[in-house]
Amino acid sequence: MSLNKEGLLRAYRQMKTIREFEDRTHVEIMNGQIAGFTHLYTGQEANAVGVCEHLDDEDTIISTHRGHGHCIAKGADVIGMMAELFGSSEGLCKGKGGSMHVADVEKGILGANGIVAGGPPISVGAALAAKIRDNGRVAISFSGDGSVNQGTCFEAMNLAVVLKVPAVFVIENNYYSEHTNIDYAVGCDDLKARTEGFGFPVFVADGSDFFSVYEAAAKAIAHAREGTGPAGIFAEQGRFHGHFVGDPEHYRADGEINDLRENACCLKNFRARMAETGELSEAELDAVDSEVMALIEEAVSGAKAAARPTPEQVTEDVYINYGAA
Amino acid sequence: MAEKTMRDAINEALHQAMAADESVFVIGEDVAGCNGSPSGKVGEVGGVFGVTSGLYKAFGPNRCIDTPISESAIVGAAAGAALVGMRPVAEIMFADFIGVCMDQIVNQMGKFRYMFGGKSKCPAVIRFASGGGFSAAGQHSQAMYQVMTSFPGLKVVVPSNAYDAKGLLLQAIQDDDPVLFFEPKVLYQEACEVPDEMYTIPFGEAAFVREGDDCTVVAFGQMVPRAAQAIDALEAEGISCDLIDPRTTSPLDTDAILESVEATGRLVVVDEAPPRCGLTADIAGLAADRAFKSLKGPIKQVSAPHSPTPFSPELEAAYIPDAAKIMAAIKETMA
Repeated sequence: MSLNKEGLLRAYRQMKTIREFEDRTHVEIMNGQIAGFTHLYTGQEANAVGVCEHLDDEDTIISTHRGHGHCIAKGADVIGMMAELFGSSEGLCKGKGGSMHVADVEKGILGANGIVAGGPPISVGAALAAKIRDNGRVAISFSGDGSVNQGTCFEAMNLAVVLKVPAVFVIENNYYSEHTNIDYAVGCDDLKARTEGFGFPVFVADGSDFFSVYEAAAKAIAHAREGTGPAGIFAEQGRFHGHFVGDPEHYRADGEINDLRENACCLKNFRARMAETGELSEAELDAVDSEVMALIEEAVSGAKAAARPTPEQVTEDVYINYGAA
Repeated sequence: MAEKTMRDAINEALHQAMAADESVFVIGEDVAGCNGSPSGKVGEVGGVFGVTSGLYKAFGPNRCIDTPISESAIVGAAAGAALVGMRPVAEIMFADFIGVCMDQIVNQMGKFRYMFGGKSKCPAVIRFASGGGFSAAGQHSQAMYQVMTSFPGLKVVVPSNAYDAKGLLLQAIQDDDPVLFFEPKVLYQEACEVPDEMYTIPFGEAAFVREGDDCTVVAFGQMVPRAAQAIDALEAEGISCDLIDPRTTSPLDTDAILESVEATGRLVVVDEAPPRCGLTADIAGLAADRAFKSLKGPIKQVSAPHSPTPFSPELEAAYIPDAAKIMAAIKETMA
């Protein structure tokens, strides 16, 4: 599995965009510019990008409330996303969804989701549509290690196998569901085996390494596109921030986050790999960094200047048509 | 025009909608039936009430899709397929099972459009067998439409006869918003004249089942024929009533109700569900708020008591409002 230069640059740009989007979002929350609850994806960028680089707009993803990364990786407009986080009526969802519900159905983004394991059943529906239409599309659901203990996740996995639909379940293990470690919350020793017990292959990836995720995703997505049923991807990678911005993170070991940032950073690992293979030069990667920083700056200044919603907009977009009141 | 039962009218609507539009498919538990059975008789069941009968044989396994017993996954699958342009009709069997898949209905399909800034549509229909009358006890008898009416983003339909059921279901399938379709199961065998061709009944337009001057009666689902029975009996006593069947509780035809209340000056609201936070209170509140000055007597609410639905036939008969209770309420507001 090899990517050409353009592909490598694109993958790096996407991961870097997510990193800078999240870091800047953190700053703006601390500045009081962004309301609500925000769950940052920092550190897990390779998961989203490694999967979404195999997809186009006709394939679908559904996400979690740690969803910024998935949406950016799938092609959501970064400027519209930042405006959405700021609650502007110029945001991607007109300020109606915010951080937890970023969506762009035209781009195959069926929404970030505020309910843990709310997404997998919906993704099975998108996969079922692909099967009925026989159009070769796949439906990806991203969900965290917290989701694998939810009944809806079990139902979705079983239904996907029974109906033989092209669904790919991406389980992102960042070790914590909120403040509780996977060692406590999952009752069995081998989560991969438990998932495979539903009757589909599961491919394991190192979520700190873009290439590891990219290769696992290639196998899983190819399996799903074959039309014989779903597949799974297990990507392991700790998150660099708390569950939500403001989380006191009492559950972390001393030095845990520093260790992650030093030794399990997908951006550092990507750069190290490029230095080793010589496929991309440092200057080329630095140029991407500058480009991304300018984009994020534009997104934030745009979001700050964007129109605020008016009270009349509260009741818009509930129904397409309603008839009598 | 041929007489058809509500079951047959709904079945006919499904056959016609699936024949007319390839994006329509049916999904649910035993909607075909016998899948995986050694009998080999796939498609013999057509739902536990037979409403989806014949669809598997007519349209095959890709359009009449049996599922495991997993209500959340069924609703989620319908919602996801609808988001990408299909028009699924899911069956959740007994309406009580909403409890199992509440999240997928309320937090997911009911909120996509709003949370996504109006840039999506979710044309999914979820069908339920609704209400009491079968001695099916506490977990197979509830009229869950009153609860679901409280959630913006969902449209809620409750037909009271075969004609309306066909027209409302065809409207539901072509509607671009998610629709919850509650079929009062005691009415499945009730028949009336139903056209063979396809037709739709718009949402939010109440039916005037009876017209009269003395009192407005609003009733839902299986309460409509009982209210009609009560009103017909009172005619001998010189009392005439409007009987309004809203047909959809969301959207609700508030204009029809208010105009009638303003004309008669009296209101009786009838539903089979328990009273608290229910449709009867909702409509009583509407009239008190917006037609108070035309009221000539107290607004009466006729509902089940605040208890779960009992099993014993005698107890269930005492639980679900009957014509006698509706008559008594009309007389009380006239007194």
